[in-house]
Amino acid sequence: MPEGTRAVLDGNEINRALTRIAHEVLERTKGGQEVTLLGIPSRGVPLAQRLARLIERVEDRTVPAGSLDITMYRDDLRSAPVRALGRTEIPTGGLDDRVVVLVDDVLFSGRTVRAALDALGDLGRPRAVQLAVLVDRGHRELPIRADYVGKNLPTSLRESVTVRLDETDGHDAVLLGPARPRPSTSGGND
Amino acid sequence: MRHLLSTGDLSRDEATLILDTAAELAQVGDRSVKKLPTLRGRTVVNLFYEDSTRTRTSFELAAKRLSADVINFSAKGSSVSKGESLKDTALTLQAMGADGVVIRHSASGAAHRLANWVDGSVLNAGDGTHEHPTQALLDAFTMRSRLGRLDGLRVAVVGDILHSRVARSNVLLLTTLGAHVTLVAPPTLLPVSVHTWTCEVSYDLDAVLPKSDVVMMLRVQAERMHESFFPTTREYSRNYGLDGERLSRMPEDAIVMHPGPMVRGMEISAEVADSPRCTVTEQVANGVSLRMAVLYLLLSGS
Repeated sequence: MPEGTRAVLDGNEINRALTRIAHEVLERTKGGQEVTLLGIPSRGVPLAQRLARLIERVEDRTVPAGSLDITMYRDDLRSAPVRALGRTEIPTGGLDDRVVVLVDDVLFSGRTVRAALDALGDLGRPRAVQLAVLVDRGHRELPIRADYVGKNLPTSLRESVTVRLDETDGHDAVLLGPARPRPSTSGGND
Repeated sequence: MRHLLSTGDLSRDEATLILDTAAELAQVGDRSVKKLPTLRGRTVVNLFYEDSTRTRTSFELAAKRLSADVINFSAKGSSVSKGESLKDTALTLQAMGADGVVIRHSASGAAHRLANWVDGSVLNAGDGTHEHPTQALLDAFTMRSRLGRLDGLRVAVVGDILHSRVARSNVLLLTTLGAHVTLVAPPTLLPVSVHTWTCEVSYDLDAVLPKSDVVMMLRVQAERMHESFFPTTREYSRNYGLDGERLSRMPEDAIVMHPGPMVRGMEISAEVADSPRCTVTEQVANGVSLRMAVLYLLLSGS
């Protein structure tokens, strides 16, 4: 772990947070019949898969889960070198009249979610769109809020939040450390 | 990457990035809204000095699916027919603020010249008998999606190699991506310098067919031929045309490709052209996704 970095959530705490979100989703959507989970690459995708499994365990029903890449809808494409695209996988059955729950690792400026909403509009017409995030670190730049939050983490702009997941990084953790130059790849902490 | 002039300029990573991006963008064609906002406010000029339906429409559709503004400029009915030089046309486009210029020209090297004159990205859509990079990329994309890989693939390119820009671009690209290319043609239809190309050469189609995973048939470009290169079309067709009988001697999962336009009865029989193993229409569909990928990668970043 680099100097000045500390773990805010460990693997067990991430699990507990996700389990709680799974229950909240079921509660808010009255059983989750119409729910489709869409993870935003890169780390939102394994989180959406985990939520789908947790919901399945509680309610004994499969929940469609997929991924939604927002690269082509970003508002900062011109100010950075060209980005590689992530995967978009819409579960069979589509999004029309579904309750789409967008899943991402960190909610920061809100710009990723804005792009995701635009992308959704081109893919279908969900009945409702909700947002689930593992960490809300504040500093919104757009009028956007999350419906389900794993952990509210008040941060300063001089800090960075890093989410590590078993599927992508080999272990589970949420780290808080000193700011680093904004990465040029998509996903991460916005 | 700023321009796309030759497939020889692409590294393996760059070429793979283009193919991967095209694979993602292929989904857009199946959606209810077949449009992405990515190149909103950017201008793409299609500068076509040679007749082309397929390539021009494909580029136009690709640019429009990315929300770019498209201006079509053809030699007929523009100031070019009044005698304006390529350079002056280029400077005019430059002054109008074109972000990308797609150029098709009968002179080899035209795209390279243009790239020195304009600030925007230049995409070579075919220059003389030199190169046609997006065709080679969409061919590679089609092979990869049909056969699952490119590394180690045995590809035969058959026909008028001498006048073909598709052949040269394919040899360069497929070699970079790890495939083995064999050119098959009568000696008169091979370029003099073919021994310097990174591929093998054969005069015998029947010997190459059983050892090929992909057979790419090329059209005999009669419009570029000012002397005779073979005795009769019938003899050419008998020696180098692909018919049902030859198709049956190819490996079972091998595919037949053609960059179009096909001349049925000449290099390809109607039976082969209509067979499910022939990927001609698939190549056209893939062309749009591939050109979207190239436009995105060249025009979207800073």
